[in-house]
Amino acid sequence: MEIAIPPAPKVFGAPDDPRPVARAMAPPSRFGDKAFEWLTLAMALAVVLLIILTGWQLWRGSSLAIQKFGFHFLNASTWDPVAEQFGALPFIYGTLVSSLIALFIAVPLSIATAVYLTELAPLWLRQPIVSLIEMLAAIPSVILGLWGIFVMIPWLRDYPFPLLKRLFGWTPFFSGPIYGTSMLAGGIIIAIMILPIITSISREILRSVPDLQREAAYALGATRWEVTRVAVLSYAKKGLFGAVILGLGRALGETMAVTMVIGNTPQIAASLFKPGYTLASVIANEFTEATTDLYLGALFEIGLVLFGVTILVNLIAQLLLKTMTATTSATRAVQ
Amino acid sequence: MKSLNFSRKILAIALLAGVSATASAQLMINGAGATFPYPIYSKWFDEYAKVDPSVRFNYQSIGSGGGQKQILAQTVDFGASDGPMSDANLAKAPGKLLHIPTVAGADVVAYNLSGNPALKFDADAIAGIFLGQIKKWNDPKITVLNPGVTLPDQEIVVVHRSDGSGTTYIWTDYLSKISPEWKTKVGTNTSVNWPTGIGGKGNEGVAGQIKQTPGALGYVELIYAVQNKMPYADVKNSAGDFVKPSPESVTAALATADIPDDFRFSMTNAPGKDAYPIAGATWLLVYQQQKDAAKGKKLVEFLKWAMTDGEKMAKDLQYAPLPDSVQQRVLKRIDEIKM
Repeated sequence: MEIAIPPAPKVFGAPDDPRPVARAMAPPSRFGDKAFEWLTLAMALAVVLLIILTGWQLWRGSSLAIQKFGFHFLNASTWDPVAEQFGALPFIYGTLVSSLIALFIAVPLSIATAVYLTELAPLWLRQPIVSLIEMLAAIPSVILGLWGIFVMIPWLRDYPFPLLKRLFGWTPFFSGPIYGTSMLAGGIIIAIMILPIITSISREILRSVPDLQREAAYALGATRWEVTRVAVLSYAKKGLFGAVILGLGRALGETMAVTMVIGNTPQIAASLFKPGYTLASVIANEFTEATTDLYLGALFEIGLVLFGVTILVNLIAQLLLKTMTATTSATRAVQ
Repeated sequence: MKSLNFSRKILAIALLAGVSATASAQLMINGAGATFPYPIYSKWFDEYAKVDPSVRFNYQSIGSGGGQKQILAQTVDFGASDGPMSDANLAKAPGKLLHIPTVAGADVVAYNLSGNPALKFDADAIAGIFLGQIKKWNDPKITVLNPGVTLPDQEIVVVHRSDGSGTTYIWTDYLSKISPEWKTKVGTNTSVNWPTGIGGKGNEGVAGQIKQTPGALGYVELIYAVQNKMPYADVKNSAGDFVKPSPESVTAALATADIPDDFRFSMTNAPGKDAYPIAGATWLLVYQQQKDAAKGKKLVEFLKWAMTDGEKMAKDLQYAPLPDSVQQRVLKRIDEIKM
């Protein structure tokens, strides 16, 4: 359909000019813009304030334990509420190890799923799979934990764990008796919980890779795998890394489901078949019945440590991301 | 349209105001604390609403620690705890706090062995298992108690509570009484530094672990073992008899336990032929001097009802009611509450 353009008059804004003309108007008020800016700034500051308040409150709550144990709290491994001796090391270890196991399992699975969904799957299959993955995210963690005790643990104990022991029993990581409830089971349940978030973010990121990238690679005669690897995955590397970090953030703080299957024993053992304990779990387990001030203080300090560990891990991740992008742009410049 | 919306809002606000007005006409008594007696307390509050519709109870089962903290801070009208308060905590109270025992419960030794044999344990065997010294099911210390049962050469997987709980308090209190080694090495608390075993969260977590793990042994509240149809052991008491855990045998233990005047007592390893040794009471915590006379009066009425009519409901929920002698002593104490 063609749009009729009126013939341009000789003098712009002349009385016979049919086009609308801006008459002299009061300059538009900037108040709305300013107010909006301030409002959004206030919201952003509220988040910062919330984090500072949380940290301060945790610090205040744990002051008694900090005075009593000092830095020793971080490297002591006894947790004895009767004798009031508290150390956080086994919990820090358990939190980091279970999260790493979770990432080790969930990252390849999630990214492969995301690649399949954006690059390879037939169109009719994509939406159903996406919906299913999102449903996985909607399962409450306590339900997942109960499922862990009654279904996952017996199965793991009878089939995959003995197999792992037969194959890798010579390493310290898969030795010793198998009870089912273990650090490995904790890691697996966290992996199931962070799978949806990593998958859906990765999928969004892969979808945002411009088609020009793919077309250019195809034009150079690349195979489908080469296109995915060179044009899509390496282009999206930074974003995918971000998705993994978001998953890690969830993994570190995951509480209920892990508590049900990890065995809740504060020990540092090389074998992943041995039970472990996480920072979040000990708070969930013991906070309600802690009666003495020092005991409560120690639990608050566990919270503070978890807060610190989370911030530290995020900082390290951002540093890694920076060096990663720096090297990529450097290699690009060389090429 | 706009005015319609507006009038709707007015109506809603008026309704809300009306609701809160009727609610405030009803006296609200707030309590918080132990989770172990929550089923019987909520039944009591429900039934009591029929006895006296002018009073409502709001009970939050946030745990004994929270219950003690909140009654000390006077943010609730009564607290509830599965263990008696320590002297240090009592000293923090702004007024005299009374311990009102309500019901008692049993910890049972539940296990998972093929064939579900009926087993018997004594103090030595239980302490040995939980100290990690008895490792196999066919240990002589267990087999000698169970003639006629062939026990397998299988490892005992010890399961304990990982969350702080009154159940653990009763369990460790019992072990501390019968084993000097346990007393010095581990001690009594709502959670302890376990020498061995894996931790399950909550009664349901421990029950689940035991059911899923062949060779497992752990402790749960009586009602969980009954509901989950798990086998549980008879335990030898201090009189030398093997007793089956039940509300009756716990009440028998209450009747023989040494209960001091302030009602801060431990009833584990109670003397008496019929007493089940691993049991504990649970308490309500109220101030002797009530600040709010109207609330205090209603609270006293409720406590008296609970001690008489309420106690009769305990058995259905697998709690042990207090024996008559103790009920009379508690009723006398309730009379001392001043408004």
